[in-house]
Amino acid sequence: MSRLNAYALTWRLPIIIWQILFFLGPLLFMIAMSFFLVKNYRMIEAFEFKNWDKMLSRGYVWDSYWLTLGMAALSTAIASLVAFPAAFFLAFKSSENLRRWAIFLLIIPFFTSYLVRTFSWYVILAESGVINALIGNIGLGPYTMLNTKFGTIVGYLTLTLPLVVILQTVSLANVDKTLIQAAQNLGCSPWRTIRAVIIPAAKAGLIVAALFCFILSFGDFVAPYYLGGSKPPTLPILIIDTTKSGQQWPRAAVVAVMMMVTLFTIAFASIILAYRKRASK
Amino acid sequence: MRGAAINWTLRVYLLLIFTFVFAPIIFSVIFSFNSDRFPTIPLGSFTTGWYAKIFADSEVWEAARNSLIVSLCTCVLATILGFCTAYSDYRYNFKFKGPYLALVLLPPTIPLIIMALAMLAWFSKIGVSGQLWSIIIAHSVLTAPFAMAIIRLRLNQIDPNLEPAAWNLGASEWRTMREVIVPFCKPAIISALFLTAAISFDEFAVAWFVSGLNKTIPVLVLEIVQGNIDPRVNAIGTFVFFISMTLVILAQLFFLARLNTKAAAHD
Repeated sequence: MSRLNAYALTWRLPIIIWQILFFLGPLLFMIAMSFFLVKNYRMIEAFEFKNWDKMLSRGYVWDSYWLTLGMAALSTAIASLVAFPAAFFLAFKSSENLRRWAIFLLIIPFFTSYLVRTFSWYVILAESGVINALIGNIGLGPYTMLNTKFGTIVGYLTLTLPLVVILQTVSLANVDKTLIQAAQNLGCSPWRTIRAVIIPAAKAGLIVAALFCFILSFGDFVAPYYLGGSKPPTLPILIIDTTKSGQQWPRAAVVAVMMMVTLFTIAFASIILAYRKRASK
Repeated sequence: MRGAAINWTLRVYLLLIFTFVFAPIIFSVIFSFNSDRFPTIPLGSFTTGWYAKIFADSEVWEAARNSLIVSLCTCVLATILGFCTAYSDYRYNFKFKGPYLALVLLPPTIPLIIMALAMLAWFSKIGVSGQLWSIIIAHSVLTAPFAMAIIRLRLNQIDPNLEPAAWNLGASEWRTMREVIVPFCKPAIISALFLTAAISFDEFAVAWFVSGLNKTIPVLVLEIVQGNIDPRVNAIGTFVFFISMTLVILAQLFFLARLNTKAAAHD
């Protein structure tokens, strides 16, 4: 079957050429660029560790690094926990019809602009915004929600929550129903069924949902910039600032490579965790 | 009784999640018709002024034209690439198939801001940056995996004997492709076109970096938002939202109609 002919190559080659030129090429060049030098606002191809020395020895880079990592982890934890009851309901308790509608509705946000939604939150959360006006009526507030970590998390969840609910629902719905019945017949309480049967059975899907949430939050610059106030900036904001205003592409590349290494490590660890066979007891 | 109580609690909970997800969308629509520059509650008076403003703005039209060109070209390019890849994966086993698929499917897992910087630098190096088609190239890389996934799922449903049957009847591989595989995949191809167009239409990070002076709608929105509170954003967002929803619903109706005629033909 795998004899090479013109027909087979016609279908196989285009994407290889395209991705090498425009996907692998850019990424490899960016890694190389992190060793380039900038002189008089011009980039010079070189192989020096100057950018790495400079960036890794700066306190503010590490502040940004830990902030981004921490916020993305927090967003992942919150999204996973908040989504779970909803996904549980959709997978086990709701009618087929309701589930289909719910998933359809959760896809709608993907067809709306994330920027516009963030802008909308900006107005809703502002000091004189909708929420403070509403709770002001009952004599509370005003609370400062913009330019706080709370604001950033609201933004992250706007981006990730629909996806996490969908992925969790799909993975829970695929759990073998007879397993759950068996557990109940054997006298397992509902909580214990969830903890000892359902979650382990749906583990891979739940972890993949969390991983997507982490990747999206880690790389998002809109929420921390517009809702979180960007003090200190997260790594994506650092990349933008360094590229756009500083013209320091090589230093931005250092930050980007740091982000990629972090993401690969976390993705690799999660996938091992997701597909590891459970230790036999 | 307890089961029912839990069931209702979960229903209310689901409703709260939907409130969170839809609040910004609904408020953005409401604010787009609201006269205040800084909208709050109670609302100001009803106005279509923000729409009048954006329709009179040549910058918005220019951006809309750019967005349209980019997403149309991207969806065709990405769907062709996705189709080729899906078919290769369906039909052939070959050495290095794992890395081959990884090369195709990895782009969506890399944060857009990293792709944006990498593509900006590389495109400047090879001299394709700052053009409208720089965005098209970038978006085709980012969206081809989605097209590939949709078409591959459709190919899963094909009867594996269908292609060999056509060959046995004397059709060449090319003719089989044209008259069996492509028609079979047509619904998936159309959804892939719509989906990749929609993703491309909304993407702003990469477009912002590689576009130079050719702003698309989301890049324009990004620039407006950076300046100040400006309800024009709500008007643009609402307008774009209704256009994309119309497209999605049309696509759905198109398939439902097809499915129904198919079912009728089977009866």
